[in-house]
Amino acid sequence: MINNLFLSSSVACVTDGPGRKDEIERAKSEGKDLTKEEKQRLRKEKKQQKKSKEKKDDKASQENEKEKKPVTSAAPASQPPTKPTMQKAPSAVPATAPVSVPASEASGPADKPAKTKAELKAERRARQEAERASKQNKKGETGQQATTSKPKAPPSDLQPVVKRLPEHIQVDNPDVLKKLAKKLERQQTPEHYAAKKIPLRLDYGYKVSLFSHLHQYSRKAPLTQQLSIPSTVIHPAIVRLGLQYSHGIVAGSNARSVALLHAFKQVIRDYTTPPNEELSRDLVNKLKPYISFLNQCRPLSASMGNAIKYIKKEISNIPSNCKEEEAKSKLLNDIESYINEKIILAGVAIAKCAIEKQKISDGDVILVYGCSSLVNHILCEAFEKSRKFRVIVVDSRPRLEGKEALRRLVQKGISCTYVLISAVSYILPEVSKVFLGAHALLANGYVMSRVGTSQIALVAKAFNVPVLVCCETYKFCDRVQTDSFVSNELDDPDDLIVTRKGTTPLEGWQNESSLGLLNLVYDVTPPDFVDLVITELGMIPCTSVPVVLRVKNVDQ
Amino acid sequence: ENKETNKRMKEKRRKEKITFPTSQLVEYFRDQMRKDPDMASAVAAIRTLLEFLKRDKGETILGLRESLTSATDCLTGVDSSVAVSSGGELFLRFISLTSLEHQDLSRCKKVMEERGELFLEKISMSRTKVAKLCHTFIKDGAKILTHSYSRVVLRVLEKAAAEKKRFSVYVTESQPDAAGQHMAEALRKLNVPVTVVLDAAVGYVLEKVDLVIVGAEGVVESGGIINKIGTYQMALCSKAHNKPFYVVAESFKFVRLYPLNQQDVPEKFKYKADTLKTAKNLSEEHPIIDYTPPSLITLLFTDLGVLTPSAVSDELIKLYL
Repeated sequence: MINNLFLSSSVACVTDGPGRKDEIERAKSEGKDLTKEEKQRLRKEKKQQKKSKEKKDDKASQENEKEKKPVTSAAPASQPPTKPTMQKAPSAVPATAPVSVPASEASGPADKPAKTKAELKAERRARQEAERASKQNKKGETGQQATTSKPKAPPSDLQPVVKRLPEHIQVDNPDVLKKLAKKLERQQTPEHYAAKKIPLRLDYGYKVSLFSHLHQYSRKAPLTQQLSIPSTVIHPAIVRLGLQYSHGIVAGSNARSVALLHAFKQVIRDYTTPPNEELSRDLVNKLKPYISFLNQCRPLSASMGNAIKYIKKEISNIPSNCKEEEAKSKLLNDIESYINEKIILAGVAIAKCAIEKQKISDGDVILVYGCSSLVNHILCEAFEKSRKFRVIVVDSRPRLEGKEALRRLVQKGISCTYVLISAVSYILPEVSKVFLGAHALLANGYVMSRVGTSQIALVAKAFNVPVLVCCETYKFCDRVQTDSFVSNELDDPDDLIVTRKGTTPLEGWQNESSLGLLNLVYDVTPPDFVDLVITELGMIPCTSVPVVLRVKNVDQ
Repeated sequence: ENKETNKRMKEKRRKEKITFPTSQLVEYFRDQMRKDPDMASAVAAIRTLLEFLKRDKGETILGLRESLTSATDCLTGVDSSVAVSSGGELFLRFISLTSLEHQDLSRCKKVMEERGELFLEKISMSRTKVAKLCHTFIKDGAKILTHSYSRVVLRVLEKAAAEKKRFSVYVTESQPDAAGQHMAEALRKLNVPVTVVLDAAVGYVLEKVDLVIVGAEGVVESGGIINKIGTYQMALCSKAHNKPFYVVAESFKFVRLYPLNQQDVPEKFKYKADTLKTAKNLSEEHPIIDYTPPSLITLLFTDLGVLTPSAVSDELIKLYL
């Protein structure tokens, strides 16, 4: 990624002048300009590609294509003679733009005679290379390049089916951003105009390069400011929910799922089937823009994803001869039972399992991190069943969620200690067990949870203290992840700014070119650090998560 | 009304005569153990439970289940090994894992008895299956380390010797009952060169051996094992020396426990049955078993196949759910 920027800047010096460097610096200060310009450039490029595809007989378009072909096909085939094209190849994304701009100019009939001899020679050489290269890789390379010119395109000729990266982790790719903008535009009924579409939330501030593929929004610019009133596309309950998510009023994976399901219940209650439409199909289509809106406010969690899948399945399973009132009441009942079974009763079952199987015994010193509703519930239940134990609550900035957990536990009468995460290795020799909550459990046994969890699990393993993770089965997801970089969430970087003794050192962080603030939300813990997972199905080792997923799929 | 019927059912069950009183039960169990010293205590327990089932004159299936559970508890009081309690529970689950929707109670009982016989047949073959799987892992010229007296390990070594493999065995003495000497005797009869070592000499002798094979009294949900005291030490040392640590166990030893550490193993398994009844202060007694966590075990050989410790949970889910 860094190489691409560097190369593109060097290439830009050759073709586009210092424009690219300025763009990068501007991107650091304001995210908006870059996307606008890039959007313009990409629009031009797309027009050009369309034209070139239509006019295949035209020599200019042929040359245009062939000039692009060596750029793309030279990428996999390292051919020394095409040195100028080789430079451009790795940075296919920005390079195709400056290449096509002069090419588009060249293709105009008026500019044809303006080509120099050197350019013609280069074109002829490029044409030869293109023919050689096209013989080597015949698998839709150029087709790929025409739509999404990813840096990952080169290995695609080795496998016939290219796996696409999900869109939410390609934020640094302007093509994907453009696609997303278009998709949000399209998610409206045809009669409405752009004013009533779902707005695209723009990124804020400089992103640390390792995480530049993720979105980073500012809390001061909520999505709702860009919505027109009245917004007929998005239901007000969903707008309220989106605002609650983006401001952190509703936080915690169980709370978010339950709030989402309640909002959907409201939506279903207010829904009327338009004439000549089937409820099962139309309602699913109605929900799509809501989900994109919520995704823009705050990226969906794994538990929310599973809940949405369930709702969509229930809706599409409604028979077509069912009356609207019946269908609606059935859906409301389904959602109610989902909340009851998968969240509330599962919590009760987990608490029962943990207490009966003596996982909390008298004299225990239990360490918890942050505020997990499930872990708090288990501890309160154990205290009511008169187990004698004490709790150490570990907390971390900037969220300081441990304070909420501390408040809840002390209210019940449990004796607690409060430390920050930097003191964890100091306090661990006293601890007998560690209880952690989870945001999601991945298919390879990794636990995705609040940032800092894997650190605690690591130190606990070093001190030989057993680590127990409590998680309901509706949070199990099919994804596989081995590190915290690939897919994560970036919170507002301004949260890290704090005022102490009257000074705010980080106030002007945007003006420092070499300073970046990173506020990660999740991290991923390997299964070797986790001794036991308590679910409502029983106690399982971390490696048995795919077994549970398999059993669940068989059930469905 | 529901409460009334429940009360009446409870009374009825209590009044049902226990035709197999506990003393007879215990006598039968001890008898079985004496008849065939080579049989696992769990198998003897299951035979006793089958006999109990045949002689039981209960009127309700629920009552039958309850009395079987109480019989298992009673047997655990005689022989407090993990295998007896796990074997009993698995027996109960296996025989009830069929449709018991017949109107006639005697027919239901007949079905349950047939399944009980089937279960007994299956588990009597289990040691042979385990031996068949494991003996291939013993190469010619191997030096094996084992712990205390395990009939399954003995069977495995018998099979390997029958396959004309040359190997030598180191056995730990395994105090306090010196069961290792018993094992050494049995191996000498097979003409296998055997050396008895002190329990404290495990670290000393590990550089000479190629692999470690132990039996198990119980296999827990995490994939770890419960075995005679000293197994955990041996596993830790073999991990440090990078020697493979194999466990051989029959499938009826899979138990629904999930200990997190040594302290988490229930006390009723840690001490001998007599000690549990007579001792005044348990913390002064020496435990006779310990727990080996799954991270130290390389492979488990069971009659369900060769499993990694993480696959044990998968098999348990299939067995119990």
